[in-house]
Amino acid sequence: MTLHLPILQVIVPLIAAPLCMFLKQYPKAVWLFSLLASALTLLISALLLQQVLTSGTIIYELGGWQPPWGIEYRIDQLNAYLLLIISAISTIVLVAAQTSIEKELESYRQSYFYMLYLLSLAGMLGIVATADAFNVFVFLEISSLSAYALIALGKDRRALWASYQYLIMGTVGATFILIGIGLMYQMTGTLNMNDLAQRLPEVAETRTVFVAFAFTVVGICLKLALFPLHLWLPNAYAYAPSIVTAFFAATATKVAIYLLIRFTFSIFGLSFSFTTLPLQTLFLLLGLLGVFIASMTAIYQNNVKHIFAYSSVAQVGYMIVGLSVGSALGLTATLIHLFNHALMKSALFLALAAVMYRIGSVQLNQFHGLGRQMPLTMAAIVVGGLSLVGVPLTVGFVSKWYLVLAVIENGWWHVALLILLGSLLAIIYLWKIVEAAYFKPPVHEAGTIKEAPYSILIPVWVLIFANLYFGIDTRLSVEVAQSAAQSLFGVAP
Amino acid sequence: MEAIIDVVLLSFLVAVVIAIVWMKDLFTVAMLAGIYGLLTASFFVAMDAVDVAFTEASVGAGISTLLMLVVIAKTGRYERPVRHKPWLALVVVLVTGGLLIYGTFDMPYFGSAQAPAQLNETTAHYIDDSFEEIGIPNIVTSVLASYRAFDTFGEVVVIFTAGIGILALLSGPARREEDADIDAINETMHKEHMVLRIVAKILIPFILIFALYVQFHGDYGPGGGFQAGVIFAAAIILYSMLFGLDTARQVINQAWVRLIAAIGVLLYGSVGMVSFLNGGTFLDYNVLMEDPIAGQHLGIILIELGVGLTVTAVMTIIFFNFAGRQVPVKKTDNNQGA
Repeated sequence: MTLHLPILQVIVPLIAAPLCMFLKQYPKAVWLFSLLASALTLLISALLLQQVLTSGTIIYELGGWQPPWGIEYRIDQLNAYLLLIISAISTIVLVAAQTSIEKELESYRQSYFYMLYLLSLAGMLGIVATADAFNVFVFLEISSLSAYALIALGKDRRALWASYQYLIMGTVGATFILIGIGLMYQMTGTLNMNDLAQRLPEVAETRTVFVAFAFTVVGICLKLALFPLHLWLPNAYAYAPSIVTAFFAATATKVAIYLLIRFTFSIFGLSFSFTTLPLQTLFLLLGLLGVFIASMTAIYQNNVKHIFAYSSVAQVGYMIVGLSVGSALGLTATLIHLFNHALMKSALFLALAAVMYRIGSVQLNQFHGLGRQMPLTMAAIVVGGLSLVGVPLTVGFVSKWYLVLAVIENGWWHVALLILLGSLLAIIYLWKIVEAAYFKPPVHEAGTIKEAPYSILIPVWVLIFANLYFGIDTRLSVEVAQSAAQSLFGVAP
Repeated sequence: MEAIIDVVLLSFLVAVVIAIVWMKDLFTVAMLAGIYGLLTASFFVAMDAVDVAFTEASVGAGISTLLMLVVIAKTGRYERPVRHKPWLALVVVLVTGGLLIYGTFDMPYFGSAQAPAQLNETTAHYIDDSFEEIGIPNIVTSVLASYRAFDTFGEVVVIFTAGIGILALLSGPARREEDADIDAINETMHKEHMVLRIVAKILIPFILIFALYVQFHGDYGPGGGFQAGVIFAAAIILYSMLFGLDTARQVINQAWVRLIAAIGVLLYGSVGMVSFLNGGTFLDYNVLMEDPIAGQHLGIILIELGVGLTVTAVMTIIFFNFAGRQVPVKKTDNNQGA
């Protein structure tokens, strides 16, 4: 069975979703079954990463057809690392899902919710695992379509509008990516990524390939909410069911970053990518603008989910700055932050799911006094927030450290300074939450608000603990990121 | 001659699109969108892509127009006046269009034998060896059902996802219809739509048989599960429109339709699973039977059946849940008010 691990990684959740239909009458059973499927994908991804680290890239030929006739899966360090992040976050979030979803959704919608969740998970895993450009698009459709529906399920009616905006922007993004892939096929006659990477240099000078590249990059940037294409994100994250936000904030933009890395570094190649379009300047500029404008906007928000959603846009900015450096170290910094940001945001949004469970709102003025009434949940938000700021001993520090190292290596002192300044902005919006929770008189009468149930609290603290653990023991995140980055740059690790 | 046909079809397309942008009457827009689908399908026929044309005709001109009409019936026929002028959107559209035109400058000529897609070994392999390897004459079916079967699996899951999304958002808690209501509605509809009803009754069996033909003939000619599923669903929808949703609900059990949507995906997936139990990789049909060619045949028939089941079921689900929206809205108006 180990031979089939690459495909099992994707089809376990993919097959589990329609199977849930048979259990539809019992939402709790559907949840348990989904959790089981997700845990199995986590196990598979751990085995895959271990296999890749010991014996190198794994190739799986679907349908028994030799690529490029058929579709192949190609698991290297980069996507094994991503697969692990996605399936781990999905599983931990799903543990808390039952309690939160039971409160936020009507009972007849709950089973469909878990099916969509599994489909979304399978879609993201499929995008990451495949080595075929068109297959990317197919799985992108699966993950996006389920994402639109999941977001629209939010209790707040504004969720519908937010989901609609995301649907329009997401569809434009996906269509751009499809146009890009179509043009690449037209100029090379192949869809296999490896094959594309070999054939594109011959036609690199043509205007058609230039347009293909431009469309692909813009399409992916829409999906990853790069400033100024981020406008769909804050409302989508704020009004979606809390569990959905925790899952997507930690995974969806990461998958898009992965695609950007795959297309610019592996398929088009670094020299083409950075000379055809002024990508370096563009990424640096948009990344930094994203960090500052999104962080400033976060400061003025009154809905805590909005605060962290804008913060996500800012964090994407850091990752893009890492890419703009164009060195192995810069790419390492991006990959490390990808892992670390997934840990921070899933912990923070899951803690907000706990607040939503008890209070039914995440408005800042409803947080007054929660520091005493929900001490463990608030402590989790504070620790997670410190990690977001980048305080030493948390994962956030590791990310910032490598990012600053990378830009300094390039001699960009002013950029390093701006990155540190960006962290200060994060302190301000974090402080607003701390102030509300700990230093304001409580709005809820004493005794009416209890600490969150353990079913949510335990997953939150598992993630918070991970934020601290990987802040100290960086073997997994840093070493895998380093060797993945080096292999993309063609340097033997 | 071909060039003239292309030019005429493409100019019609442009005219239709401009008309769609101009019109405020959404009913007209839906009709024009149907015409757009039909023109696109004809254009595909002119390009010798009959399989794609077939899909476009059944989806673009057929079922999507129907679904748009249902939505208009539920929401309203006229576009609301737009106060702001979306200049930025126009700029974005112009830049995108300009870039696309710029991209055509270095493209290989249409149908050129020197195009990279023609010279590539993959294409040559599909054309020269697919009959030997898979044993069916329709190369398009070979590619989508065997060489790239996993993409097709993904597409079926996309359709399934759409169905689940609609169910999650639009379906309400189960409710019982009263037979008296159905009879009353039937009575009025019978008077109004007598001719349509009789014609539909004559047509529906043929539509269903044609769908089955398309389903099982995909190996030899244009067709396959996607088109067949849509045509089959169209017959069901036609019936529901003329005989009322509630009558149709008595014929077509909604719980079963939901299960069938899942079963189609599972059938496709289990063909893949059986492949690896027999020692191949996922969706390797060669190992399904002793003889690889027989295995390919069996695999393709089964997965096409899976596609057909899911597509029919999901289209039915989408229609019923959109069209069925009105009833719960009315009820809340009378009883709860929210």
